[in-house]
Amino acid sequence: MLEISGLTLSLGEFRFTDLSVSVANGEYCIILGPTGAGKTILLETIAGIHSPDKGQIFLDGADITNAPPEQRGIGMVYQDYMLFPHMTVKENIGFGLRQRGVPKGERDTAAETMAKTLGIAHLLDRYPATLSGGEQQRTAIARALVLNPRVLLLDEPLSALDTVTRDRMRREIKEIHRKTGVTILHITHHFEDIYALADRVVVMKDGEVAQEGTPETILRRPASDFIANFTGMENLFSGTAVCNEDGTAELSVGSVKLFAATDLTGQVRIGIRPEDLILSTKPLDSSARNSLPGTVTGIAENGIYSKISVECGDEMVLTAALTRQSVERLKLHTGAEVWVTFKATAVHVFR
Amino acid sequence: MRKIPSFFQTICLVLTAIAVVVLIAVFGGLIVFPTPDALFAALTSGEIWFAVQLSLTTAVISTLCCVAVAVPVAYVMTRTPFAGKRWINILLNLPLSLPPLVAGVALLIFLSPVTSPVGQLLSSFGIFIVYTPVAIVIAQFFVNLPYMIRIARSTFAMISPRYEHVARTLGCSEWRALSQVTLPMAKSGLAAGIVITWSKAMGEFGAVLMLAGAIAMKTETLPIALFLNMSTGDLDMAIAAALILLVISGVTLLIVECAGDGRGAVYA
Repeated sequence: MLEISGLTLSLGEFRFTDLSVSVANGEYCIILGPTGAGKTILLETIAGIHSPDKGQIFLDGADITNAPPEQRGIGMVYQDYMLFPHMTVKENIGFGLRQRGVPKGERDTAAETMAKTLGIAHLLDRYPATLSGGEQQRTAIARALVLNPRVLLLDEPLSALDTVTRDRMRREIKEIHRKTGVTILHITHHFEDIYALADRVVVMKDGEVAQEGTPETILRRPASDFIANFTGMENLFSGTAVCNEDGTAELSVGSVKLFAATDLTGQVRIGIRPEDLILSTKPLDSSARNSLPGTVTGIAENGIYSKISVECGDEMVLTAALTRQSVERLKLHTGAEVWVTFKATAVHVFR
Repeated sequence: MRKIPSFFQTICLVLTAIAVVVLIAVFGGLIVFPTPDALFAALTSGEIWFAVQLSLTTAVISTLCCVAVAVPVAYVMTRTPFAGKRWINILLNLPLSLPPLVAGVALLIFLSPVTSPVGQLLSSFGIFIVYTPVAIVIAQFFVNLPYMIRIARSTFAMISPRYEHVARTLGCSEWRALSQVTLPMAKSGLAAGIVITWSKAMGEFGAVLMLAGAIAMKTETLPIALFLNMSTGDLDMAIAAALILLVISGVTLLIVECAGDGRGAVYA
């Protein structure tokens, strides 16, 4: 168990204040925050590169706040891998074992076994400069994992990769986590990473924890507009909530009425994810509580998805994400009359 | 069809051609002027051999001293933040813009038993530095250290400290991170610095003249031999010394250029 308590550090432009995060053994924890939020500095502090101004770090109950990095048993993989350019892949992976005085034969065997696990066994005699991004990534992970670290820190491990490699690497990292059971603390500014990987998510803003919880909680019940925006919840409104007895609430956003599952009342913020909206040309007969008539005001192409803006009343423009096939099938165009349907549980209410 | 260079390009090309011709003519003249026999006699004379040996020995020692000091200084200047770093940097660079003669006079005043308590202290232990071969090493070291620091600094600055951070998490102490990761990565940059520093030490004149004097067959390095023989009108000897220095410069330049080619990778 890695416990960070009340950690405060300012270094150049970066700072974090009174930061407390704990990661259970075997857990995959993601720290999510915008670029330039000092996330790398935080990881380096956990690894022991910087000493904090205040606060403590515990690993399995032992205070490691002042322990040098080489005695912490914490592995680290940087975004740009930092493979030693003057060593082959095999030497890179064996580097940590060499520091421990493991003889060359054993080192090479361990490096080969680890390389096999990560699918880079054919690259052992190559130099890092000749490897692709994904191959460098695997080498860097292998170099850290071969020492059986108690915690593995990953600094934006997927950001420098192209889309295809990134998806594959995401699956592979998940697989590595499953196979090795290593505790992972992963920092990223891509909220997409949290879907597939995280057991728990900590959202950081301005050097402080903004929200902490399961990916489901962060995505469905954001604690603030910042988090809602950050996780791609594009439909955000202010309104008033009146609670019914059955656990649902009636929300008023201007003249528009919505149903939601919440126990909050009074002034609230309301968020709806674009992918939770269903568009139809006629009213839908369904179990979904919310169905609103509206007019299409814009269609923006965005790769495999199109973002459709629908005006439903004076103050409410909803953005829906549809596949291009759906847009063609429904013959959507600016000015078209449509119905927007979504479940009460798709309406997220927070303050 | 060949492209016709513009007027601007033509002017630049012509000026470059003139510079090349002038350089070849000036240095060629040095080789052509003495008769081959006289040049051979001068090159094999005892005085020139003494100068070559003295220059080589002092330059190698002073270069080693420069490296021993410059590497840690450059390392701390690129890796560790501390108060007053900017001012220390200016101070370290000061000898770069200072004429070596001034550095030599300052050293002379500092080390002379007549003018300074330091010199008096040393002489009370029977150590006399001024006007000895040791003074040559000190003068070369003092003048060249800032160059070596500068080159080592820019080399270290090109290597991201994160390599060391990773090495630390993999079990290296600070010493091992430096010796196993940073120094091997800085190898070619430091090698170029060593060659340049050594070549500058071979040619150092002003500071050596002030601190070590120009004593024939005692503190007579190659540049001093050149100076002494010019003063006495012994042109063949002077030219022999000059030619050796010219060859050393040429070889140094070649080594640095070739090493530079292999140094394409920037470990940012």
